[in-house]
This record gives sequence, structure tokens and C-alpha cells, in this order.
Amino acid sequence: MTPGETDRGVRGPDLGDRGPDDPRRGPDDPRRDPGASDGGLRGLADDVLTIAWKDLREMLLQSGTLRRSLRGLLFSFLVFGVFLPLQIGPDLVRQPAAVLPFAWVPLLLASGMVADGIAGERERHTLETLLASRLSDRAILLGKVVAAIAYGWGFMVVSALVGLVTVNLANAGGGILLYQPEAVLLLGGFGLLGAGLVACGGALVALRAPTVRQAAQNMNLAIFAVVLVPVLLLQALPVDTRRQVMTTLNGLDWGTIVVGAAVLLVVVDLLLLAAAMARFQRARLILD
Amino acid sequence: MTECAIRTADLTRDFGSLRAVDALSLEVPAGAIFGFLGPNGSGKTTTIRLLLGLLEPTRGDATVLGLDARSEAAAIRERCGALLEHAGLYERMSAQDNLEFYARVWHLPPGERRARVRELLTGLGLWDRRHEIVGAWSRGMKQKLAVARTLLHRPALVFLDEPTAGLDPVAAAALRDDLTALARREGVTVFLTTHNLAEAEKLCDQVGVIRSGRLLAVGRPEDVRARARRDRMEVTGRGLDARIVDLVKAQPPVESATLADGRLELRVRDGEDTSPLVALLVREGVAIDEVRKGGADLEEAFMALVGTEP
Repeated sequence: MTPGETDRGVRGPDLGDRGPDDPRRGPDDPRRDPGASDGGLRGLADDVLTIAWKDLREMLLQSGTLRRSLRGLLFSFLVFGVFLPLQIGPDLVRQPAAVLPFAWVPLLLASGMVADGIAGERERHTLETLLASRLSDRAILLGKVVAAIAYGWGFMVVSALVGLVTVNLANAGGGILLYQPEAVLLLGGFGLLGAGLVACGGALVALRAPTVRQAAQNMNLAIFAVVLVPVLLLQALPVDTRRQVMTTLNGLDWGTIVVGAAVLLVVVDLLLLAAAMARFQRARLILD
Repeated sequence: MTECAIRTADLTRDFGSLRAVDALSLEVPAGAIFGFLGPNGSGKTTTIRLLLGLLEPTRGDATVLGLDARSEAAAIRERCGALLEHAGLYERMSAQDNLEFYARVWHLPPGERRARVRELLTGLGLWDRRHEIVGAWSRGMKQKLAVARTLLHRPALVFLDEPTAGLDPVAAAALRDDLTALARREGVTVFLTTHNLAEAEKLCDQVGVIRSGRLLAVGRPEDVRARARRDRMEVTGRGLDARIVDLVKAQPPVESATLADGRLELRVRDGEDTSPLVALLVREGVAIDEVRKGGADLEEAFMALVGTEP
């Protein structure tokens, strides 16, 4: 008989007796991955990356096959990395504001990814099995947020780099063109923080939505609200007040605005993440 | 020494005014296959969720593998496998990717991860189809894969919530065989909920019957049958007719009597002497070919328990 094997009706072995040959695993099992750890940041990072790996793989396979999904991605890169840069021309790298179309990409992709990762798990009845595993609530949620940020921000960075190559090829002979530092900051820093904002906020929204479709609709509404409400409010102000606000804004130092906006985004990202963590609890999710 | 894989005492869970699990006290020996039987909504799934620490009990205690389900739930989940109401497979991913993911979740080292995935998929006859997208598979194949996922990290205890529900009889029988073979080979304790009483009788060393959250009976299948306190008696011969049936029905030990295909089928009260019944039949001119006595099967016992217990 192998260790632990029993005949019908015969009481099994003592479960507390876990020698080195006992194949049943626990955190103290010497046959577990020596690189993995259960406690602390290392263990959490391992688990977060495992969830992110799975979510990204699922996202890449959502069209049915990897080949079909890669074809879809290639088409998107052609639009954002070739078609748009050719339309904009060298201004893409000369004018920092010209990269704004890229900055939208992580927001849209991250929102779709996090909706699928959380509401989709529930809709497809895979969440309970995940919750019944050894993973902590925190690792599951962070893995999903990391996957959404990586997908949205990664796509944007690759698109921007392909766009740079396209502009240089189209402008052959005119010297090597590079993005302005402001554009790099906008895409690298604010793109990342924006993706984080959508991923964390999206996690909160998706936790309350019964289906992916509902989550995506709610998230799109939230994004439009965040973008449009300030503009509409500004429009609703009396002309004199509006002029005063614009004068004040124009008078601000751009460095201060950038740092202030970055700090604000970091704070809001962290607050949303904390709120999502408070909501993402096994005992609650199992009853949703 | 931990002799019981699961021990509960007065375990109770309320959802508002509904009591889903009512003072459940249970012991499941390590290494056993335990069948938890009950109709829909009887509290089977809630019990599994309580034992896995996915829900907090309203009252009472549960110890799983020597660990407290309230305070050591993470450690319990670390050592257990669970196939819950739904297979929980990622249908866009291949079978291999599904197992690969959960092998990473359980921190299996890369070399062992590959070997273990191969071992389980080969054992279940799925190795040649490992690269296929799971969403295109039949329900039976998905359930097999879910069983493989449950056993992947060599848990000491697995929870299987209606593993053969929705499968056709052939697929259910195949899964049952695979499950038994795997469970025996891996030396794992199995806590299985099922509607299928024939399945429970075939698979389980012990069974518990639950209704409305209350445990009605627990023990070996034969003990539970005996708990129903009914014995069956079957008489074949010539001269069996409606008059004989009415006559037999009037005898004190007889609970019920029916004539089917020329056979007289009797339910007699547990422990009653049935020899006067045979003598009566002979006196009434029945030419008896054979008299067979036996206990109720588990299904009859189950129906008797859930239908009559308070």
C-alpha cells in the first residue's frame, strides 16, 4: 500500500503524522516549491503573479484561440502604432499633447479586464473554487488589479513604441525623433496611475455587479462621469466665475499641477484599492 | 494523534430566519469516504462551506484535520481540495493550463508540477486532450478534470459537492470508478455530498443523512439501513393472490404487502419474528418456492428517514 492508502472501512492514518515521505501537502511540507513562501511579501507576490498570469492568459484566449486573439491584438497595434501615428505625423513626438489618444487606451483596456476578472469569475462560477483554495483574499484581488494594469498600460507602452518607430520610418532622413519628456511622463507615469485608478475603481464596481456586462456598463458610466462632470460643471459656472477659474488655472505653475495631479492620483488609487480590499472578503463573496 | 478528519459539535448556521445547518455533530474518520446525503436545500453545501471556513458558523465548532474552522480556515484550505457545486474550470483555457494554474496556486515546484499534471491527466484518460479548450468538452470530461484539479496538490481531505450531478449514467459510473481509484491510491479522506443513493452505497464507508439542516442518521450504510427499521421479505410460489395479500396485511408484523410479477413483497417491522407468516401462507394453500429476507436498501432507508423523522 502507498502511504495513506486504506481499505474500505479501515480507519486511515494519523493526519498529524507528516513525515518527509507523506505526500499530503501543507505549508510545512518539505516537497513544496522551495522558491515559494506562504507568509510575507514574497509569498504574496508569488500568489499575485499567479493570479495575474491566469487572468492575462484568459484575456488572451477570450477570442477562442491564442492565434485569433493575437490577430486581434495585432490589428489594435496597427491602429494605435501605425495608422494613428501616420495620421498625426512628426507632431506625435514634437507635441506632448499629441500622445493623449494613447493615454485613453489603458483606461479602456484596464476597465474591461477588471470587469472580466471579477464579475466574470462570478458569472462563470469559478470564483467559489478560487476562494476555496489556499490563496488569500488580498492576493486574489491584487492579482486581478495587477493583471488589469499590466494589460492596459503594457498595451499603451507597446503602441507608443511602435508609433515612435512608425513616425521615424515615415520621417526617414530627418534625424531620429524621440518623445518629449512631458509625453514620456504623461504616458509612463499618468498612464500607469490612470490604469491603476480604473483597475482599483473598476474592482469596486465589478464586486457589486452580477455580470460582466453590468460591470462594464457601470464602469463606462463612471469613466464618463469622471471626465465629463468637471467639464460640464465648468460650463455651468457663470461667465465671470469661469473666467476667474481659468485665469487661476493658467496662472499655476505646470510643475505644481503635474506633481499635485500625480499625488492626487496616487492617493485616490490607494483609497480605491483599500475600499476594494475591504469589500473583497470570502465570507461576503460566497453569499453574493 | 488526530483520528478524525472532521469533527463538528453543535455546528449551526443561520441565514436570517432560515437555519441552514442545525446543531450538526459529526465525526468523519481519517481515510474514509464519507457520503453526506440529503434532499435539495438540506444544508449539505452550507456544511462544506462551513468546514472550509468560507462561512462563519452562527454557533458551534468544527475541526478539520485538527484545525479550527473559525481561526485556522486558511490552514484548512491549504490542506484540502474542493470540487464544489460548479466545476470551477476556466473554460477558455486548456485542460493543461487549468491544472498548471492550480499547481502554481499550491506552489508545486515546476518539475513536480509537470509530472503531477501528467500523472493525473493520464490516470483519467485526458492526457491526449490536454491542449484542448475545456469549454468545448462534455460535462463528464469537465468533471473528471475538476477531480484532477481537486487532487493536484495531494490534499489530505477532499470535499466533493455532488460530483456526478447532471452526468449521464455511463459518465457518472466512469467518474465514480476514477474517483474511487484515485481516492484509494492517494489515501485521501473524501467528504462527498450526493443525491444518488446507489452511488453513496457503492462508494462510501460511512454516510450521514441530513434534512432541513439536521443530521438524521450517521454510520455505515448498513447501519443507516437498519436505522430505517424496516426489513423486506419476498415470497415466490403458486397460489399468491389478492386474498392472500389482504390476509397477510392484517398480520401484526406486516407494515405493507404487495403482489408484483407473481411475487409477494412484504415490509415487516424490524426485529419481528416472521416464521408465523410463512406458516400462515402454507396453511392457506400457497405452494412456496422461495422465501427471501433482507434489509431495506439505502434508498428506502433514506426515504424513510427524510420522510418520517420530525
